[in-house]
Amino acid sequence: MTDKLALLRGVQAINWNRVTDELDQQVWDRLTGNFWLPEKVPLSNDISSWRTLKPHEQLMTTRVFTGLTMLDTIQGTVGAVSLIPDARTPHEEAVYTNIAFMESVHAKSYSSIFSTLISTEEIDDAFRWSEENERLQRKARIVLDYYYGDDPEKRKVASTLLESFLFYSGFYAPMYWSSHAKLTNTADLIRLIIRDEAVHGYYIGYKFQQALRDASAARRAELKDYTLELLFELYDNEESYTEDLYDPLGLTEDVKMFLRYNANKALMNLGYEAMFPKPATAVSPAIMAALSPGADENHDFFSGSGSSYVMGTAVETEDEDWEF
Amino acid sequence: MAPVTAARRVAERPAGQVEIVYFSSVSGNTHRFVTKVGLPAHRIPLHAADAPLVARRPYVLVVPTYGGGNSGGAVPKQVIRFLNDPANRRLLRGVVSAGNTNFGAAYGLAGRIVAAKCRVPLLDTFELMGTPDDVERIREGLSS
Repeated sequence: MTDKLALLRGVQAINWNRVTDELDQQVWDRLTGNFWLPEKVPLSNDISSWRTLKPHEQLMTTRVFTGLTMLDTIQGTVGAVSLIPDARTPHEEAVYTNIAFMESVHAKSYSSIFSTLISTEEIDDAFRWSEENERLQRKARIVLDYYYGDDPEKRKVASTLLESFLFYSGFYAPMYWSSHAKLTNTADLIRLIIRDEAVHGYYIGYKFQQALRDASAARRAELKDYTLELLFELYDNEESYTEDLYDPLGLTEDVKMFLRYNANKALMNLGYEAMFPKPATAVSPAIMAALSPGADENHDFFSGSGSSYVMGTAVETEDEDWEF
Repeated sequence: MAPVTAARRVAERPAGQVEIVYFSSVSGNTHRFVTKVGLPAHRIPLHAADAPLVARRPYVLVVPTYGGGNSGGAVPKQVIRFLNDPANRRLLRGVVSAGNTNFGAAYGLAGRIVAAKCRVPLLDTFELMGTPDDVERIREGLSS
C-alpha cells in the first residue's frame, strides 16, 4: 500500500443488476439519498451568535473544527480509499468511493464554517495549531499506521473507530452550543455529518464482521485483542485531547461521558459488546437532546437547513395502508 | 396514540412468558440483541420468497429503524408485509425499537410508526445491538 497503489484485479465492469450482498445496495441507496452540500445550510445566520461567544470559547470551537477537518481529510483521502482493494464485491468498492467523497465534503464544510465566522488570519492560526497539537497528530499517526499497514481487517477496525469514536470529542462542541441556542445552523450542518458517519461506521463494521465469520478462531481472538488495545490507546489520547480543548470551559467530564458512550457504539458496530457501563456513559440530557432536533423543528428541506424532515401525522391503520 | 386502547391491550396480555417477533437485516444487530434477551423469539424472514411468519401467540415486536434519517422507509418492508396480515396485527401487544441517536429525530422511528399505526405502546428503544444494560432492562420489562 505504501509503495504502490493496489489496483483492482483485472477489469471487471460493475453490474448493479447482480448484487451479491444486499447491504451494498441498501447502504448505497441510503448514502446517496442522504447526499448534501454545505451550501444548503445558511451558516451566515450564525454570525451574530458567534459574536456572543467569549474569546476562549471561540478559540476552543475553532480548534475543534480544525481537528475534525483533519480526521475527515484522512478518512477521505486515505482511510476509505485504503479499503477499496480489500473489498469483497465490486459494489462494496463503489460504496467506499461514495464514503471517500462524502468525507471530502465534510472536510470542506468546516472551511465554509471558518470563512463565514472568522478571519483568514484566525483560520491560518487554527490550522497551524492542528499541525502542532501533539494529541491531534498522535491520533492521526496511530490511525494512519494501520491504513498504510498490510492487514485488511485492522484497517477496517481503525476506520470504524475513526468514524464511530474519534470524531466525537469534536462533535460535542457544536452540540453543546446548540443546547445553549447558539450556532444553531452550524449544529444543523454537523448533524448531517453525524448522520453520515453513522452509516459509514455501520457499513465498515459490517464488512469487518463478514471477514471475521470466515476467519479461524485464533485470528478472531487476535482481532478482538487488537481492537480493544487500539481502542484503549486511542481513548487515552482522546482524554488528553479533550482536556486540552475543554478544560478552560469546565466541560471535560461531560465530554468524556460522550466519548465512552460513542466508544460503546463503535464496538457494537464491530460486533463486540459495549464495555463502558451506564454510569460511565451518562451524557448530559441537553447534549442528547441536541443530537435529536425535536418535533419543534419542522424543516422544509428545500429551503431550510435542517437535518430532519417534516413528518406526517398518524391515522387509523387499514389493511391497504400496508400495501407497498 | 390512544393511551386507553394501549393500556387495555397490555392488560390483555396472558400470564406467562411473552414472545418476541423480530426482524433483523443481514447485519444481524437486532438478531444479536434478541438472542441476548433470551426469550422465545421468531424471526420475520428476510426475503419475499421465504415462507411468511404467522404469529400464533401474543407477542412484542422488536424492529430496527431503516432509512438513515429520512422518515420514508423507516419500517423495513418485511415488517410491513408481516403486519399486513390482520391476524398478525391482532396479536401485537407492544413494540421495542432499535436505532441510532446519530439519526436525530429519526432515532427509533420505526417503533413509533408501528406503535401509532397499530395502537400499541412503544415499550422501549435501544441502539444498534443494545448494551448489556439495555438487554437487562428490556428482558426485565418483558418478563414482569
